[in-house]
Amino acid sequence: MHKHEGMTLIVKTVTRISVWMILLYGTYIVFHGHLSPGGGFAGGVIIALALLNVLLAYGRNFVTEWLSIKFLHGLESLAASFFVIIGILGMVYVGYFLGNYLSKGELFNLLSAGTILPLNIVIGIKVGTSLFIVIWFLSELKIDKGE
Amino acid sequence: MILPYYIIIPLLTAFIISLIAGKKDIYAIWLSFIATTALLILSIYSLLTSKHETITYTMSGWKIPFGIVLVQDALTSFTLVTVNIIAFTAILFSINYIRYLSSDWKYYALFMLLLTGMNGVVVTGDLFNLYVLMEIALFAAFALVAYGSRAEEFEAAFKYAVMGSISSFMILLGIAVTYSATSYLTMAKVAEVLPLVDKKVVFWVGALFIAGFSLKAASIPFHSWLPDAHSSAPAPISAMLSGVLIKALGIYVLLRIFYNVLDAPEIFLKAFLVLGTISILIGVFLAIGQWDFKRLLAYHSISQIGYILLGIGIGTPLGILGAVFHLLNHAIFKGLLFLNSGAVEIALGTRDLRKMGNLSKILPVTSQTSLIASLSISGIPPFNGFFSKLIIIIAAIEANLPWYAFFGIIGSLLTLASFMKVQRYGFKAENVIEVASNKIDWRMNLAMILLAALCILTSMMVIPGIREVTLDPVVSVVANKTEYIKLVLGGLNEN
Repeated sequence: MHKHEGMTLIVKTVTRISVWMILLYGTYIVFHGHLSPGGGFAGGVIIALALLNVLLAYGRNFVTEWLSIKFLHGLESLAASFFVIIGILGMVYVGYFLGNYLSKGELFNLLSAGTILPLNIVIGIKVGTSLFIVIWFLSELKIDKGE
Repeated sequence: MILPYYIIIPLLTAFIISLIAGKKDIYAIWLSFIATTALLILSIYSLLTSKHETITYTMSGWKIPFGIVLVQDALTSFTLVTVNIIAFTAILFSINYIRYLSSDWKYYALFMLLLTGMNGVVVTGDLFNLYVLMEIALFAAFALVAYGSRAEEFEAAFKYAVMGSISSFMILLGIAVTYSATSYLTMAKVAEVLPLVDKKVVFWVGALFIAGFSLKAASIPFHSWLPDAHSSAPAPISAMLSGVLIKALGIYVLLRIFYNVLDAPEIFLKAFLVLGTISILIGVFLAIGQWDFKRLLAYHSISQIGYILLGIGIGTPLGILGAVFHLLNHAIFKGLLFLNSGAVEIALGTRDLRKMGNLSKILPVTSQTSLIASLSISGIPPFNGFFSKLIIIIAAIEANLPWYAFFGIIGSLLTLASFMKVQRYGFKAENVIEVASNKIDWRMNLAMILLAALCILTSMMVIPGIREVTLDPVVSVVANKTEYIKLVLGGLNEN
């Protein structure tokens, strides 16, 4: 495909193996936000960095084929809308914006702490996609030519 | 219970626009039009129903001081109405205007975020929440200033971003100092604890806030970003920035923090007097020499903000009445003037007053409404600008500050002179200009006519019966200073 784009074979190979682990780590941070340090924003940044690694190692054209930027953009808007919708559901069920209406569960279980987990997930998606899209649009510019 | 909707409606609209808009702008237009209409109706409803009450709303049910609290009193409702009137007319005007620049949804999504930030700053009762919402409004504003994507627009947006970030840094530092001194971020709790801590903290915090928020309000030593940013933005955005952004983020917060939280220390009121008078005079002197229509209007914003600061600085109930009344009036006539400038720019392709001519035949609505707005801003009775300036000047004389009153009158005369120049060269000159006038559609005309009608209607607010339900509750909120603590903390149980 685009063999001569991006960095050397070594970097590409390492990236190919490591990117999934970074994504997994990011997801872990998002899902354990209510149990351990981390949360939606921190995990989202890690997810964005995993995608950024691919962009750096393989170059822009590969990423265009691998990912659909339009899909990422839709996902970003959807996640942000979901945050507000979860908040509004709080008004419906308990009478306060962002109020908790899910079961609080047992302490230290994954499915606990009510609406914090779903909120963390939508923030993780929002931050991950939007940070990557910002870098994507910046990578369009050719700074050395001033365009 | 309506309080959180001022933030939810525009925020959700912004995200839904970016989700479903696609390539065309028609969905974005409808969604943002519905959202601004809903906000306008909500804000007028809450102004008419709340009057002297203070309503609080705790986000997600966390009690004060642990959670974020939203507060609505008369000052909030009044500012919300001001913001949403201008937002409604600006959206109405944008529908056609923005299509000459580009036709996509990004403008509307950013506009909604700008509105989220401004409404949020006005309704919130929490210092850090105020900072966050202020940043939302500012970042949307930076992007919107650069919306035309020309070199000078990017330059203006960059300048605005740098100056805005410096002021935000000072505000954040002020909030940090407040938090370390009082251990609270809820404004009412801060106001309660602040008299107990060292007096120096008040000066330190006040100095940081006065520098930060005066930069947002663009009073004179902090004004350098305003003429560039407000003249490069698209016209409806100029109307939003000049009409309400500098007031929601600048004047409203100054009123809230210095009167309701810091209990209006004498030294800061003096600072407002001096800042206001310098702004009135230097702003108008800089304005009078301009030939670029929008730049002239931008310098006049600085000068008119000076009047509001002067009213705040006088500190008597009459001075505050003048200040809040001028806040509404300036939003209306300056919004109208910027919409006029946008209409002229679309029709003639120029903003240079010397290249404009007799427009009363080809742009009848634009030239007539601009005449009304010019008379309002110059302070000619019976338009609204006359009454608010008169109240401020009378308040200055009553407070035994004759020199400040004198400078206020000088500023008003020079404003009249500079708008005579606008009318003489821009709209009523002898050289007849032939252009196709069909570029201005009925929605743009309707937006201008609405604001022109408000220029006359709002002057009715000085009539005692109407003043008692509209302006007097606002004045009592500000003039009662730290009564705010009791109202907010006591109002909790009603919710």
